[in-house]
Amino acid sequence: MAEASYPSDLLYHPEHDWARLDGDVATFGLTWHAQDALGDIVFVDPPAVGAQLSANQPYTEVESVKAVSDVFAPLSGEVIEVNQRLSDSPELINEDPYGDGWLLKVRIADASETSGLLERDAYVATLDE
Amino acid sequence: MDHETAMQRDRAVTIFEKGQAGRRAFSAPAIDVPERSLDELIPARLRRKSPARLPQVSEPELVRHYVKLSRRNFDLDTGFYPLGSCTMKHNPRLHERVAGLPGHARLHPLQDPARAQGALALMWGLERALSELAGLPHVSLQPSAGSHGELAGVLLTRAYHAEHGEQRRTVLTPDTAHGTNPATVTMAGYEVVKVGTNAEGGVDLDDLRAKADRDTACLMLTNPNTLGLFDPNIAEIVRIVHDVGATAYYDGANLNAIMGISRPGDMGFDIVHFNLHKSFTQPHGGGGPGSGPIAVSERIAPFLPRPVIVRRGGDGTNGSGREFDLDYDRPKSIGRLRGFQGNYGCFVRAYAYICSLGAAGLRDASETAVLNANYLLARLRQLGVTELLPPAYDRICMHEFALTGGPMKHELGIRTLDLAKRLLDHGYHPPTVYFPLLVDEALLVEPTETETKETLDAFAQAVADVLREAREDPEIARNAPYTTPVRRLDEAGAAKHPVLRQAL
Amino acid sequence: MTRYTAVTDADRQAMLEAIGVASVDELFAGIPQEVRAAAPLDLPDGLGEAEVYAHLRELAARNTSVEDEISFLGAGMYDHYVPALIDMLMSRSEFLTPYTPYQPEISQGGLQVMFEYQTAICELTGLEVSNASVYEGPSALAAAAYLAKLTNGRSRFVISRAVHPHARETLVTLCAGYGMSVSEVPVIDGVTDLAAWTSAIDEDVSAVFVSQPNFLGAVEDLGPLIEAARSHGALVVCSADPLTLGILEAPGVLGVDVCVGEGQTLGNRLDFGGPSFGFFAAREEHVRRMPGRIAGETADVDGRRGFVLTLQTREQHIRREKATSNICTSQALNALAGVVYLSWLGREGLVELGELLAARTAYAREKLAALDGVSLLHDQPVVREFAISLGVPDLAAVRRVIARCAVDHVNPGHPLAIDYPEYRDGLLVAVTEQRSRADIDQLAEVLGRALATERAAAETPSGGAEA
Repeated sequence: MAEASYPSDLLYHPEHDWARLDGDVATFGLTWHAQDALGDIVFVDPPAVGAQLSANQPYTEVESVKAVSDVFAPLSGEVIEVNQRLSDSPELINEDPYGDGWLLKVRIADASETSGLLERDAYVATLDE
Repeated sequence: MDHETAMQRDRAVTIFEKGQAGRRAFSAPAIDVPERSLDELIPARLRRKSPARLPQVSEPELVRHYVKLSRRNFDLDTGFYPLGSCTMKHNPRLHERVAGLPGHARLHPLQDPARAQGALALMWGLERALSELAGLPHVSLQPSAGSHGELAGVLLTRAYHAEHGEQRRTVLTPDTAHGTNPATVTMAGYEVVKVGTNAEGGVDLDDLRAKADRDTACLMLTNPNTLGLFDPNIAEIVRIVHDVGATAYYDGANLNAIMGISRPGDMGFDIVHFNLHKSFTQPHGGGGPGSGPIAVSERIAPFLPRPVIVRRGGDGTNGSGREFDLDYDRPKSIGRLRGFQGNYGCFVRAYAYICSLGAAGLRDASETAVLNANYLLARLRQLGVTELLPPAYDRICMHEFALTGGPMKHELGIRTLDLAKRLLDHGYHPPTVYFPLLVDEALLVEPTETETKETLDAFAQAVADVLREAREDPEIARNAPYTTPVRRLDEAGAAKHPVLRQAL
Repeated sequence: MTRYTAVTDADRQAMLEAIGVASVDELFAGIPQEVRAAAPLDLPDGLGEAEVYAHLRELAARNTSVEDEISFLGAGMYDHYVPALIDMLMSRSEFLTPYTPYQPEISQGGLQVMFEYQTAICELTGLEVSNASVYEGPSALAAAAYLAKLTNGRSRFVISRAVHPHARETLVTLCAGYGMSVSEVPVIDGVTDLAAWTSAIDEDVSAVFVSQPNFLGAVEDLGPLIEAARSHGALVVCSADPLTLGILEAPGVLGVDVCVGEGQTLGNRLDFGGPSFGFFAAREEHVRRMPGRIAGETADVDGRRGFVLTLQTREQHIRREKATSNICTSQALNALAGVVYLSWLGREGLVELGELLAARTAYAREKLAALDGVSLLHDQPVVREFAISLGVPDLAAVRRVIARCAVDHVNPGHPLAIDYPEYRDGLLVAVTEQRSRADIDQLAEVLGRALATERAAAETPSGGAEA
């Protein structure tokens, strides 16, 4: 994705992860800033369905040609679906970080945790620092 | 591909794809002992069922393959390598000749020390010279490389604290540190705590004071640092660290700037490692071998790896009849980091270098390294290069300096990587790129003392030429190189779908 | 100015002017007085090349190398024949002097050599991935231990006492940093005690370590040892002698997770212990936790086949504190010698060499076992090395016997009691293809005489050993 973009319907974690909420199911992924900083992503190995994630804790790593980065869970919950296409095509995270490059879906444990996340403008403000 | 060079037309073929069944380069000596069936000697079930599919080539095929392959390499004998943090200085061939003497090259490591006195005397001599350079009394030549020496240093620190009944948790390291430092710390069971850099490029003393506490085992840093800057507060930094009872470790990667001028021991450090493949001319060999000896203070000495080289009475009246010996009786030693005594072949070369240069020559090397670096920076300034690639810190540098490619990226639309690739077409190995991480689009330049002024002038001109060309057409650099045996390679593809051996 | 630097007075003037300082000293003004060297380095004056050569020659003359005696010393490094073409290739500027191939476009020679080397090691070991080399044997074993720790996070290692003493000690030293403990399993009849091994392994064991052949020269029966480990989910690490893998079964085929070893015997010199290289191969599933550098195949923008360093994020310079190891240097030049040597031996040569070694070693073992008072320490199958008891009281006696042999320019082997006090009169004897039948016969004669003299001296009332 050539241009920086940060959809306003998402919530953002300061460590450059996003969450999209749909009832009690949240989808997680990496922001445009994260994939841009990493460069060409070559490998990601997400946790299995059933794994328990804790908010603000790293739950996997994403590897590019030049770096490895922790991926942080914006919210706590149980993994209910993993994006299988990423094992063959990790570059989807670069090409479409908010769409086809989604990482996984969780059933969230505590909706009030969303108060710890940032709205789009607040997140974008952190990028300028 | 109309402009393919001859070497580019020559496609890569591995040795496994050459040869034919039945060809051989080796002739086994005739079996001159009574023939026994292998089944008798080694039960069939322990034996190999299918042979390793090694190449089957004649000797001329073998030689031609590897000689042709060698020509696809750039090398230091051929051209300039201003690689920051690597100290790519000339590798004298004298060192190869002496290292190849059978008395050195064909000496078994477990030979009786009484019949290896030449080797032990050489190692002793090298230790004394390194001790003198470090300003620290005790040396171990055992570690295999700089990062191995670092690991030794942190393990020594651990042993030191354990001896004092303490179990500390953290190791402080500046955020400019070479990548090996944090990895070493983790392997030694400690946590990394990063210390900030101030506006002048030195350690942020306030941040250091805040973070140094009774949990700190050690501070690891190098001075001059990875920006090529000598930290004027170095004595105070070491004092702060010692005041909390921690050890101070000096990464000797940048020793080339200060030999005979300043000594880490005088700065207060407890442990120093040397890279024989940097300041001491051990050839880099395309990525090894190296050697990483360490020098330590009195309080750290008891924990040194074993064995230690000792010098007994030269007249042999103490009964052993030998002047030098290997001492294994070291109850507090951390033990061993590897087999045998270390990379002796590297010791021979470093020792020959020190014999060649002597005190005055070593000092000359450092003075010239610093002069060359500052001159190259001045030349780049004169040519206007530093307007697009300004120095990260505008100070007199030591033996290397860091430039930032931020303005170049912004104004010309080419990155440090593109500049580096275009320099390949000019016949240079580019400087180190994207290190240190603290500097945006970093270019770290270390010319070393063995380059002439003419080479420095020509290199500066080449950089200026690349920038001028990019101003007119940035696409050229973005698609460089053009004249190398292969052009820009798909590194992402190599990591995504790794092919790590020849399919057979 | 020395013969390596080139700053003339004219150069210096021009350079200082460009920099804008009056003297070189000014460039060092930032170094505070309190940390300046108080005096010049206390080192002898520099010498010309001829004088340095004379001095290094004099030092060499004080060493007894394998050219000065008929040597049966082994115990981890061996005097195999290295063909002249390897000397030639290793001294070429293009292989000797370049840096690590971080600019792959101008390093295709070195990168392709790594790729070929990795292929050769995979073939030898029967495993799927190999790195481009690590420092040497014992530290390769310790690196394998770290991989196991990263993989399963368990707390203990189990190692056979028949693994090389330097490797065992290195593992213990590094475990002080890993925060793990090491249990040692005894040797019985020259091989790892299977019963003790099995009872030492439980769910707490991260990895087990065994050598093939082991330090005493014996060929281990790896199958049961591997099975005992796998049944508890422990990783299996085998340290193997690469030259014996022409005739011994590949550890990968038998089911090990990692195969490491000392590469000196593959085309490298003795060099009083280094530099050489260590090899490190593993099953595919471990590739992202492997230490060191790895070369991978790829293509350039025009579709040309090429090679690059890959999976570099595992190494220290990017992952930093999460790195799989801190290895920055590999042993590229020594690994080059290794792959050239294996290509020189070739598919058939490796097997023939193994058969020759086994035949000569068997012959030597028989001849020495027939000497008065000498017995075999074990009669396990051997390939290139075996262990005998000399029938003398202690290590001091063994050393006297060795000293007597030295007078006849024969070095009979390595005293085992140094590392294995339980084998107080043990001797480890290595037989390479450089030791002919005549050499072996001479060994038997000289050793026999030395032993007889030692026993005679021990029986005389004065008990004094004759020089």
